[in-house]
Amino acid sequence: MEILVCVKRVPDPSENEIEVNKDGTDIEGDDLVYSVNEWDNYAVEEAIRIRDKVGGSVTVVSVGDEEAEEVVRREMAMGADKGILLSDDAFEGSDGKGIASILTAQVKKENYDLILTGALADDGAAQVGGMLAAMLDWPFASLVNFIEILDDKKIKVGREIAGGNQEMYEMDLPCVLSIQTGINEPRYVSIRGIRKVASLEIPVHTAGDLGISPESVGEAGANTKCLDYFVPELGDGARILEGSTDEIIDNLIELLKAKGGIK
Amino acid sequence: MGQQVFAYIIHKDGVADDTALELIAAAGKLDTDASVTAVIAGAGSELDSVCNEVASFFDEVWKIDNPALAYVTAEVLRPLLVRILPKHGIVLVPHDHFGMDLAPGLSIKINAAYLPDVVDFEGIDNGKLKAVREEYTGQVSTHVLSDISQGAVITVRPGSFKADERKSGDGLVIDKTAQAIESGLLVGAHRFLEIIEAQVGEVDITKSDILVSVGRGIEDQDNMEMIFELAEAMAGDVSCSRPIVDAKWLEKSRQVGTSGQTVKPKVYMALGISGAFQHVGGLKGSPFVIAINKNPRAPIFQVADVGIVGDILDFIPELTERINELKSA
Repeated sequence: MEILVCVKRVPDPSENEIEVNKDGTDIEGDDLVYSVNEWDNYAVEEAIRIRDKVGGSVTVVSVGDEEAEEVVRREMAMGADKGILLSDDAFEGSDGKGIASILTAQVKKENYDLILTGALADDGAAQVGGMLAAMLDWPFASLVNFIEILDDKKIKVGREIAGGNQEMYEMDLPCVLSIQTGINEPRYVSIRGIRKVASLEIPVHTAGDLGISPESVGEAGANTKCLDYFVPELGDGARILEGSTDEIIDNLIELLKAKGGIK
Repeated sequence: MGQQVFAYIIHKDGVADDTALELIAAAGKLDTDASVTAVIAGAGSELDSVCNEVASFFDEVWKIDNPALAYVTAEVLRPLLVRILPKHGIVLVPHDHFGMDLAPGLSIKINAAYLPDVVDFEGIDNGKLKAVREEYTGQVSTHVLSDISQGAVITVRPGSFKADERKSGDGLVIDKTAQAIESGLLVGAHRFLEIIEAQVGEVDITKSDILVSVGRGIEDQDNMEMIFELAEAMAGDVSCSRPIVDAKWLEKSRQVGTSGQTVKPKVYMALGISGAFQHVGGLKGSPFVIAINKNPRAPIFQVADVGIVGDILDFIPELTERINELKSA
């Protein structure tokens, strides 16, 4: 089975407090620690497990600048066979549809049986997988938390729906699935593992290589533009308890008693 | 502006989802003059009862009625919507597990703009809609501008618009089945099998009055014990946010959130939980919420009554000890 996994380099939510920059044009970029989008990591792990079971290969692809290469390489260190970087100045500022059309061009160059994406990323949009499937006219399922390969033509898929329930489907290949966290436990990548793939070549495909007209993607082709970033004026929010740890705990215990939290 | 606005209605067991009336409110904020049409797919008498329920709230209700839609799936529904939606229409869909399945692909198929997970609208100017979204699990917000003159598919975050309960429609239900299903249903490549119900765990957190809820801030499985100790001291139960279940440190039945359990305790301790909307969505009945988090910008502080900015690993053992001292005094 030939599996393509789409990954994105994002600011690591566990390493950063996201702040808006001075002009409100973007988030504060200094000192941000980047990593692979958490959901994508589960998608790569799932792809590797499928390959180990039924054979084939796993290719990791990312749309981004040269810095995105590091996350592709990290996923190769997990065990993906190949990496591809889709990179071009013309891709910069793409909206979800732009990213999906760049990926579509790559998919059409090769023969993939299964495409996995993360269910969502840092912007919370959860859009690229569904758009990619529609552009390819392939079936799609989002929030996938279970995959079983039935044969080389069809798979069984579970989707996470409300209330902890699971929707089960049988789907024909090829198809696109967006992967929810918790579907597996992604393996740890050691420094040694990264070193092992450090010298592997990751081909870069540009707009020209992919046959994409530059004005159809990137900022030029984007229908949706981000105007500014801001921290919303919110209601009262929490009353923040301050003081020494002892004082805070005194305060908290009184509140808990009053509200029935300590009986 | 005069673009027709459609609201896709989710329903279950013959009853419309809470998001139905939220979408009317959203449509009103989007364009106060818009005529709003509910679109409902389903089968038979259950479908009819949903149509009757919502008809008086909408200017019009379009129904698609077919036995194969008794359980509506996005893959089957999408091509039907493509057939009935007029050019340049604006379609509102709840940003939930169904909307995420349906909407991105729908926007491609009707060649419309896509705006996901919108929490507010700030007006349309010259065909361009200004909307508010959140990024980085609610740590920052952003204004986006989208050209919707050629139509748009917009997913609306559940709970962001207050349900509009004014009965303003005239209750007209129009059967769109023939147009939607003219050349049959596409079920070939994607076959619904069944729903596997959530397993009931050892503790039913939906019945707990006091929940000590733990998130990513606990950092290590070895630290989980202190959560159970605090819960015991408070005579409460332990619940959690999604990362704890993903890490398999607690069973799924203890997860609070839209993809987990909906809880209604009197006191809710959110410990090291950032407070993504999917988590907060599982919190009902206005409990007294105490949040402890290292990150002063964590969205949980916006829903909490009382907050402590600090490391739960420092606070919890001390708090437990103090409560135990108090009880033995």
